[in-house]
Amino acid sequence: MTEVDLISHIERDYILNLAKKGEREDGRGFDEYRKLILQPGIIKKAEGSCLANLGETKVLAGIKVNKGEPFPDTPDQAVMTTNAELIPLASPLFESGPPKEDSIELARVVDRGIREAPALDMPSLVIKEGELVRVVFIDLHILDSDGNLFDASNRAAVTALRTTKIPVLDEEGNPTEDLMPLPMLKTPVSCTFAKIGENILVDPSQNEEKVLDARLTVTTEDNGYICAMQKGGDSQFTVDEITDCVKKSIKIGKEIRKTISDLIKKEGL
Amino acid sequence: MELIKDGIRIDGRKKDELRDIKIEVGVLKRADGSAYVEWGMNKVYVAVYGPRELFPRFLRRSDKAVLQCKYNMASFSVDDRKRPGPDRRSVEISKVTRGALEPVVLTENFPESVINVNIEVVQAEAGTRCAGITAASVALADAGIPMKDLVPSCAAGKVGSEIILDLCKEEDNFGESDLPIAMIPRTGGISLLQMDGLMTAEELEEALNLVKKGCKIIYEKQKEALRKRYKGDDHD
Repeated sequence: MTEVDLISHIERDYILNLAKKGEREDGRGFDEYRKLILQPGIIKKAEGSCLANLGETKVLAGIKVNKGEPFPDTPDQAVMTTNAELIPLASPLFESGPPKEDSIELARVVDRGIREAPALDMPSLVIKEGELVRVVFIDLHILDSDGNLFDASNRAAVTALRTTKIPVLDEEGNPTEDLMPLPMLKTPVSCTFAKIGENILVDPSQNEEKVLDARLTVTTEDNGYICAMQKGGDSQFTVDEITDCVKKSIKIGKEIRKTISDLIKKEGL
Repeated sequence: MELIKDGIRIDGRKKDELRDIKIEVGVLKRADGSAYVEWGMNKVYVAVYGPRELFPRFLRRSDKAVLQCKYNMASFSVDDRKRPGPDRRSVEISKVTRGALEPVVLTENFPESVINVNIEVVQAEAGTRCAGITAASVALADAGIPMKDLVPSCAAGKVGSEIILDLCKEEDNFGESDLPIAMIPRTGGISLLQMDGLMTAEELEEALNLVKKGCKIIYEKQKEALRKRYKGDDHD
């Protein structure tokens, strides 16, 4: 690492003092997300894709679907893997090379939300039980890292999945000309909170991430269930703070889910 | 398979009952602090080294010690041999373990240095990250590192329509959801929180209350283990 993840004292104090006054450096309210722009289907070579802009944060999700063997302990389920690449393009702090802690956690938190909801109907993607299943790769390419990669990646991944088209297979399992969408059951939406001092704010910016004491990601599904959670950071949450974040996540989840559905409908995807 | 019947679970426990937990302190000679936990079938060793010099130098922090946690599973600890070395799961658990312990360790007392917490799971059967954190905070205390509190940790989950404490293997594999938690008893703060599976907001509240009860029991066991190690006579 040539540059370390530092923030000057004056900037740190600025953000902390703003938070005490109920303000944020970009003028947002504590419960306010940055603008979300989703561009599905921009990678034609991929079965599904979506570029998500959350403020200045840019994440490109690509979906590739292959055929392969199921895991021995789940012969009746398709295989899904999620991988996140924090490529050097996205930040002066990122380096190429094998995935490190942060990218592994990011990929696993996004994966858990999708897997546990469940977003994909995994049994219906089995071609021959115990032998051949569809293998769904979710690859997250972080293009610009300006805070809250968790939620940007979640939006990119679920929108890409919902707009993925895969070839219909004939009786021998060979692909035909016809395309079908992935069998989606739900749209899990994550919501990430930063605890800064005694304040909790949603969708932390890059600077807010640098000063946060603790982080909480709550993923909810269509019926209002929580399907995944992850605490990060070096501090702690109270039980009341957690239950409050969960309530907000359920509400925000509904709004984002509608945004994604409306977009897909509008674009006719 | 029925996981819970008439309030009795598949392994004979009640809803709010922990598995048997045994904690030993100072089990490894070379380590600055160590602990061993048997938790149901789980067997976990933790060694703490430091505070000591951190290399490479650029990782050092001028304002506090770096807390490095490593969670590792032995290849023979599970039914199907696990490929040795770090995998994605263990990297993530190492990271959240650090987050669970960091709030209590007075790292600001030891700038420029490192405290290593090595967690070695030699037998695993659901709940190893909680066992590891429970043991790690005891090992940190054994190493004489100043701390604000110990960190008991255990999981709750949902099986069928019931919220239960400390999931066993079957409950973890076939239950609805799993919620590993670490608590800081003196503040009531939560320093580890993960969840997978489905749960409503109300169920989460119930589960958090249940975990609080479990952590209280574990907290007493942690203190008891430390007292046993350091009660006057057999102090070496």
